[in-house]
Amino acid sequence: MIEAIRGAMDVCMERDDNVVVFGEDVGYFGGVFRCTLGLQRKYGKSRCFDTPISELGIVGAAVGMAAYGLRPCVEIQFADYVYPAYDQIVSEAARLRYRSNGQFTCPMVVRMPTGGGIFGGQTHSQSPEALFTHVAGLKVVVPSNPNDAKGLLIAAIEDPDPVIFLEPKRLYNGPFDGHHDRPVTPWAKHELSETPVGHYVTPLGKAAIRRAGAALTILAYGTMVHVAEAAVEETGIDAEILDLRTLIPLDLDAIVGSVKKTGRCVIVHEATLTSGFGAELAALVQEHCFFHLEAPVARVTGWDTPYPHAQEWDYFPGPARLGRALRETLEA
Amino acid sequence: MVEPAPLRFHVPEPAVRPGDAPDFSSVPIPEAGSIRRPPIDADPETIRDLAYAIIRVLDRDGQAVGPWAGTASDAELAEGLKHMMTLRAFDARMQMAQRQGKTSFYMQHMGEEAVSCAFRRALAPGDMNFPTYRQAGLLIAGGYPMVEMMNQIFSNEHDPLKGRQLPVMYSSKQHGFFSISGNLTTQFVQAVGWAMASAIKQDTKIAVGWVGDGATAESDFHAALVFASTYRAPVVLNIVNNQWAISTFQGIARGGSGTFAARGLGFGIPALRVDGNDYLAVHAVAKWATERARANFGPTLIEYVTYRVGAHSSSDDPSAYRPKTESETWPLGDPVIRLKNHLIARGLWSEERHKQAEAEVLDSVITAQKEAERHGTLHAGGKPSAREMFEGVYEQMPPHLRRQRQQAGV
Repeated sequence: MIEAIRGAMDVCMERDDNVVVFGEDVGYFGGVFRCTLGLQRKYGKSRCFDTPISELGIVGAAVGMAAYGLRPCVEIQFADYVYPAYDQIVSEAARLRYRSNGQFTCPMVVRMPTGGGIFGGQTHSQSPEALFTHVAGLKVVVPSNPNDAKGLLIAAIEDPDPVIFLEPKRLYNGPFDGHHDRPVTPWAKHELSETPVGHYVTPLGKAAIRRAGAALTILAYGTMVHVAEAAVEETGIDAEILDLRTLIPLDLDAIVGSVKKTGRCVIVHEATLTSGFGAELAALVQEHCFFHLEAPVARVTGWDTPYPHAQEWDYFPGPARLGRALRETLEA
Repeated sequence: MVEPAPLRFHVPEPAVRPGDAPDFSSVPIPEAGSIRRPPIDADPETIRDLAYAIIRVLDRDGQAVGPWAGTASDAELAEGLKHMMTLRAFDARMQMAQRQGKTSFYMQHMGEEAVSCAFRRALAPGDMNFPTYRQAGLLIAGGYPMVEMMNQIFSNEHDPLKGRQLPVMYSSKQHGFFSISGNLTTQFVQAVGWAMASAIKQDTKIAVGWVGDGATAESDFHAALVFASTYRAPVVLNIVNNQWAISTFQGIARGGSGTFAARGLGFGIPALRVDGNDYLAVHAVAKWATERARANFGPTLIEYVTYRVGAHSSSDDPSAYRPKTESETWPLGDPVIRLKNHLIARGLWSEERHKQAEAEVLDSVITAQKEAERHGTLHAGGKPSAREMFEGVYEQMPPHLRRQRQQAGV
């Protein structure tokens, strides 16, 4: 998936001189996850460069650049480090078009590795998507595979508005279904590891059905798509798995279509439960599908604790926990 | 064994409070004309003293003296006086309009008119300011129509920002005036980013960041200086030190540092300190810093020493925290009177012409206000439609906003 993300930036930088890429360790070294490897060598230091360790400065400068007419695609080294930049994202990037009545706009992408599964403890494992979905003016994207990652990132860079692009870091090197005790599977064997050469767009706001089914609907995104696939296989439940891909704008039609068909819905995300994006999804399902529901909407999420270190696999919502929720929802 | 002395907690206090006699004896004011003018390519290391000085041009007799004099022509100075008078009259009328309930909120510039009015005249077309709410002189001196400003203040049907922004948070890309956020200091680092973009594109335009003394304490200020220094961005970073951050005196943000300008020294950014009530001095340092930026010598940090004569905003009453007569004893005087006296001393102006100009300026402000009020005020007449509330959040309205607009029935 790293190659897919790098490929998206490469394609955009090639096609548009206004695309610039920067962040901590992003230039000469190519990023701590190597997502920008070779971009500085190919496009020069004025298009891809290292920054001081200041997330506020990275995003603040990017807002100014976007207002000038560039298309910055910046990297926050870990989503856990984005908070110093939060004011620049929430009060500035997200509102610039609105408050200036379109005189100034902010076509900018803020990329950041998100989620756990790498024994990163509380400072390298968080999933802060709900902090961004709550903000009017932002778009929020979470890819689950290389094919989507490239197409979605190209769409994000070409988008006229600011996009928060959360890259599940446990997926960088292969699909991860939550079975941490099994050998790592590389992407090569996965059908969605193929990324077309050159430019293509995976549109923002469109979910994808990863598995068609009739018994219940699983709403997932990022790493949890693979966890859902494992849980379905292990329980043998004929679930429909919807990969949301973008949280804002949300493909409500796809969600409603699926839940009305199955009558049951389980939501899964790594982020903490309370006020998580799952709460929004559950509310929407209730509003739009109430008379089709045959069971309460269930949520399987990280616990409402800071992300722990040694207890990572008790915290992480893996296939066993999701499988139990699937059975309960089916039997309810 | 010696017992250690107990530690002491220190909270700075201004010299005087309400009821006390005003006292500015701790503000050293150098003679006009006494501060040297280095070349624009000066090594910041060699001009560190300028961060602790006050560059002044107008002396007590209204004469322009010293190496910083002579950057503005006679015609420009006469025009500058008119800009400051216009801003002052505009403020008075809008302050009154706020009291009359025609708008919810207003912020005036009394005493600080020279800073934004003079600085604007040093810029070139296409340059971009990232202002705070107390730089409307950039618009007045930049030729932006007053009626547009008032339409924004009244949030009426002609409000260029469609009623979405708090009054005085103007935006005009065409006039080099970036949309004011209202959150403090966020735009200081954006100015640096804009300037970096201009350099990346090998453009010739420069950016200007603005911040008040109190808001220099924000992390954004530090980030802006780091980025400006690292990438040698073509940006001028302006600190307007008007002594008061709402009720908090400048010593709370400044801490143990001698001056706000001195903050630039650790970043290797040349730092100037200037008499903010001296139109000629502001114009001269603005010229110096903008030429330096445009010639690829990088950023400059400038502190304008001035005084906020009025309240912070229409919601503030300064008599609760500073002596009522403090502004009258401010040692740098009034910017309008000082420029007026200079022009009179040089035979370019007179008391009669000044009175006449005051009447003309007031007339133009009233004419603009009448026109703006024809398009509505906050609670009367034409206003932006409720439908506008849903527009422009994104370029394309996403489905969830379309649903909400439908629900709102607008």
